Amino acid sequence: MLKVNDLKVCYGAIQAIKGISLEVNEGEIVSLIGANGAGKTTILHTITGLKKAESGSVTLFDHNLLATQPHKIVSLGMAHVPEGRHIFAQLTVEENLEMGSYIRKDKAEIEADKQQVFQRFPRLKERRKQLAGTLSGGEQQMLAIGRALMSNPKILLLDEPSMGLSPLLVKEIFEIIKEVNQSGMTVLLVEQNAKMALSVASRAYVLETGKVVMQGNAQEMLQNDQVRKAYLGA
Amino acid sequence: MDQLILFVKQLINGIQVGSIYALVALGYTMVYGIVKLINFAHGDFIMVGAYVTLATVPFLITCGLPAWACILVAVVICALLGVTTERVAYKPLRNSPRISALITAIGVSLFLQNAFALAFSPEPQAIQTIFRLNAVNIGEIQVAGVTLLTIVLSVVIMLLLQLFVKKTKMGKAMRAVSEDSAAAQLMGINVNTTISVTFAIGSALAAVAAVMYCAIYPQVDPYMGSLLGLKAFIAAVLGGIGVIPGAMLGGFVIGIAESMTKAYISSQLADAVVFGILIIVLLVKPTGILGKNVGEKV
Repeated sequence: MLKVNDLKVCYGAIQAIKGISLEVNEGEIVSLIGANGAGKTTILHTITGLKKAESGSVTLFDHNLLATQPHKIVSLGMAHVPEGRHIFAQLTVEENLEMGSYIRKDKAEIEADKQQVFQRFPRLKERRKQLAGTLSGGEQQMLAIGRALMSNPKILLLDEPSMGLSPLLVKEIFEIIKEVNQSGMTVLLVEQNAKMALSVASRAYVLETGKVVMQGNAQEMLQNDQVRKAYLGA
Repeated sequence: MDQLILFVKQLINGIQVGSIYALVALGYTMVYGIVKLINFAHGDFIMVGAYVTLATVPFLITCGLPAWACILVAVVICALLGVTTERVAYKPLRNSPRISALITAIGVSLFLQNAFALAFSPEPQAIQTIFRLNAVNIGEIQVAGVTLLTIVLSVVIMLLLQLFVKKTKMGKAMRAVSEDSAAAQLMGINVNTTISVTFAIGSALAAVAAVMYCAIYPQVDPYMGSLLGLKAFIAAVLGGIGVIPGAMLGGFVIGIAESMTKAYISSQLADAVVFGILIIVLLVKPTGILGKNVGEKV
């Protein structure tokens, strides 16, 4: 459903993405792993239009995303949970979720989806009237995911959902990612926590300085010596 | 007793001027909140609103329409002016250093002043009476109808604005964009439209302020916007720039301080006191009365 072909992205004179191709099929969890500066976040930003591409193509259900205005992308069925959460701190939890469903008009279903998010994240329900900025890091990450789910996307892009969270919370977040996927949502996951990312994924791509250096079945990669040495600390 | 009546009268005068400052300050603060730009041309939007009033009042009267309808014309024209200014002058600089946009805003201000001086002569011109209202007696105090109207109208507008920003989808989107425009874009919010709406509302408020100002001081000149705009800007900074209730509070504080200084100290000192208050507030609480301390985000 999502296809990236020979994508090149530059920051000034520096080429951050040097011709990357990847593909996400319906129902999959695909992980992009790699060290800092490998270009993982840049790829997601280019997919959702926050960053302009130099060349190459990005298509979602055969829509050319590179020619789509960033605010129109969410209505094509793709939601992006950015790195660092980027929740609206001065809005309440509930208002944040409302912003997630900004493009939708189906009131009854929006309400149902909100209840579903509250069911998935009971902490958010408790804090629905609170300003989002007062939430803990883990709760903010849950809110960021919940907010993205409110657009009822077909594919969810997650950027470093484990960042800054305790191991217990990381586990919880990954459980939720698995659940969301099992309910039929496709997931493209960017992570530095390679072990977690590979354990939930069906396929994975390993990125190094703007290039894909390895790709394939995630479970096989977990066993791969090179990957284990470079990313799993084994 | 006479002393008390004088005091209350001055207080009412202060609230009247203050509500005009507050309306203008709202425009500064909303625009700042969303694009982090001090729109120095905002004061000149008032001037444009005043010229629109000057031109439409005689026309309305000849057509047999009520003169106060000039508010509607001024609101529409100023809103269009605000949106156009943003599109033409500020939008191309959105990703440039903030100082570039700031200098552009000063340029727009000078442009408007001189364009109007050229078109309508730099001489002040008198405006016909806009509102024909009877004075109202509250106890022993007589309040001019225009005064009461200005205060009531401003308060109603501010309440509506607050409701709009807090409760409507567009208002929430405005707050989302002002906080994090990239994340707002990911939600499907059209950032350009949201910014245009903000400029339209801010400039429309300036238009209302212009008409109410002309109702008290019935004369216009091309430079009338600069001091008025500057004081409203001070009101916005005083209340906490970017904070909507802050702009209202700041407006009233400046208006009352000015009126009290004129009554009890010296009318020549009024501006000095206003600027003095600004300096003190900035020294004691640089983010303004209702401004939040901006901590680094972790």
